[in-house]
Amino acid sequence: MNAPSSRGVVWLGSPAFPDAAREALKDTRLRANLKRATSTIRDKRLAVASELDDWEALRDAAAAIKKCTARHLDHYLVELEASVTAAGGTVHWACDAAEANRIVTELVRATGESEVVKIKSMATQEIGLNEHLAEAGITAYETDLAELIVQLGDDRPSHILVPAIHRNRTEVRDLFAAEMGHWGQPAPEGLTDEPADLAEAARRHLREKFLTAKVAVSGANFAVADTGTVVVVESEGNGRMCLTLPDTLITVMGIEKVVPTWSDLEVFLQLLPRSSTGERMNPYTSTWTGTTEGDGPSAFHLVLLDNGRTDTLADTVGRQVLGCIRCSACLNVCPVFERTGGHAYGSVYPGPIGAVLTPQLIGVENAATLPFASTLCGACYDACPVKINIPEVLAHLRAEAVEAKNGHTAEALAMRAAGKVLDSPRLLAAAQKAASLGGRALARRGTIGRLPGPMHGWSDTRDTPAPPAESFRTWWRKNRENKEGEQS
Amino acid sequence: MRIALFITCFNDTMFPGTGRAVVSVLERLGHTVEFPQEQTCCGQMHFNTGYRPDAVPLVARFARTFAGYDAVVTPSASCAGMARENHPLLAADYGHAQLQQQVADVVPRVHEFTEFLTDVLGVTDVGASFPHRVSYHPTCHSLRGLRLGDRPLELLRAVKGIDLVDLPDADSCCGFGGTFAVKNADTSAAMLADKADGVLSTRAEVLCAADNSCLMHIGGGLSRRGSSVRAMHLAEILAATEGGTP
Ligand code: SF4
Repeated sequence: MNAPSSRGVVWLGSPAFPDAAREALKDTRLRANLKRATSTIRDKRLAVASELDDWEALRDAAAAIKKCTARHLDHYLVELEASVTAAGGTVHWACDAAEANRIVTELVRATGESEVVKIKSMATQEIGLNEHLAEAGITAYETDLAELIVQLGDDRPSHILVPAIHRNRTEVRDLFAAEMGHWGQPAPEGLTDEPADLAEAARRHLREKFLTAKVAVSGANFAVADTGTVVVVESEGNGRMCLTLPDTLITVMGIEKVVPTWSDLEVFLQLLPRSSTGERMNPYTSTWTGTTEGDGPSAFHLVLLDNGRTDTLADTVGRQVLGCIRCSACLNVCPVFERTGGHAYGSVYPGPIGAVLTPQLIGVENAATLPFASTLCGACYDACPVKINIPEVLAHLRAEAVEAKNGHTAEALAMRAAGKVLDSPRLLAAAQKAASLGGRALARRGTIGRLPGPMHGWSDTRDTPAPPAESFRTWWRKNRENKEGEQS
Repeated sequence: MRIALFITCFNDTMFPGTGRAVVSVLERLGHTVEFPQEQTCCGQMHFNTGYRPDAVPLVARFARTFAGYDAVVTPSASCAGMARENHPLLAADYGHAQLQQQVADVVPRVHEFTEFLTDVLGVTDVGASFPHRVSYHPTCHSLRGLRLGDRPLELLRAVKGIDLVDLPDADSCCGFGGTFAVKNADTSAAMLADKADGVLSTRAEVLCAADNSCLMHIGGGLSRRGSSVRAMHLAEILAATEGGTP
């Protein structure tokens, strides 16, 4: 499958994961920020998850609901469209990023406005909506605090829940002081880097936007098919402002976010805050059903985005990834993410979920190093509230990445040769003898130090023991069999 | 009970002492161990690196070689996990009905060494003596793959004279991950550095685990830093007896 260029998702020109990671690892401040942030949130998550004695049952229920909904996705989406329409909203279908961007731009143009307020939405980042709106002369103002920081810094998000996790508060202070004035209300004189001061500066800056904006763009965490209710879960209340104050609300939502009923929603509302922020309940859960006369926006548009999702659904192993509720628990427990940060994944979806989602959305050959950006340690699978078996999908995508290269690589030749040797005890014994001789020739006092060539990455920081003079099978034959029991 | 040792290609080549230790513990407990010489490799490297078709002959060889044994015991959590989880999957995707049947027969009888001792043989005290300060690293495949839980620690606690110390951040991955350590050498090295710091902070003389691959990785990092901590498979600790040298 070739990724249509209309699909967005990946930052064009991003280096391959190992190269991007190497650069990121040099940033010691980033690593310290990440370690502190991820370990705090990890502990909080474990504490609130262990409070519920039915936690595992909730995870099973969540996985089952997502699986069943995905199997009948066509049905639930049509049901959602009908109930949203009946409640006074308008539903639009977008097969890819280009179509979604066009729809949103036209909707904003039709209002005659040239500014929109936005609440954090991964789907609009995925399609590059802000950039697209800017080309059309429309300015989008991010109102989630972390998104605001990212926008002011002309930066990329590096975490699903904490997009500015790579910035510390001194950096944020400097950014506010230098940039807020270009976007609207400037930061007050003498701004300190105290969290309360920073929050106050952001509040004043954003308030002006909330009070003047006529159009808002949001994402959605869930949409309930049978009532047509859309749900946004957040911490700051800025989303609530966006969702209620403007005249027109445009929501862009991936098609996998639909759930059949409110009783299904209930399961996720227990799992999501505990898994993402480590809270029992998030401060703001906004739900709305179409439009209501005299209360909130008078026009509501729901853009349903495919952008690679039905292709993902066709993959019997990979489709489980569509169950993701973007809680970011897998990022916070991932030992690779903790060291490299999110930018190395080259996508709006970082960490373990990014490593399995991005290649599926844009085609594995376009993100071929991502499925290998993991030790398969399994921490993500244990943490995932929807029980997505990320290591299983990683291994599956590795096979697809290899297949996409048709066996025309040095690695493929080496693997085939190794396969031949390993399928023959006789050849294996010969290879062991050779490795023993060669290894011992390279070794000094029993260890092999730095090596050139393809093994330099390994041997730069690790010694390797010299292979022993005698393999186990040789020892066994000499000591236990005293006869030749070997066939090939 | 007919017990077969599956040594694994890696231990066979690099760590034969671990195989000898398994044999010695099981014999001490009164069992006879067989070593079917047709055995080679479980196919884990091929599978995890994306070369599934190349792993299929190894799956077939494994099923053939170990057919008919009551137990297949291996001192490697990751290889036991590979056989139990992925052999059926490979047989289903690439094999014929006969292979699927052979695999289904053998896979439930594959045991990692420590779970074989505790769950099948029902022993925790294997009569070992090892008067040293030891820390245990639960490898990802022991911890989250096979869910060995406290089994290895129960075995270690019963060892005479042992001074067992907790490893900080024990459950975090050491950064090995097979070809990950080569493909993403820098990230792997960063993870290794933290793991090695943890090991050094315990002031243990010996670091043990149920997988020699992770131990070679951590041990290699410690050795490069000039540390004298020995990385040692826990079977070798369980094999050590008073007066005997491990
Ligand atoms: S994959 Fe699971 S743990 Fe990761 S963000 Fe999605 S729901 Fe959360």
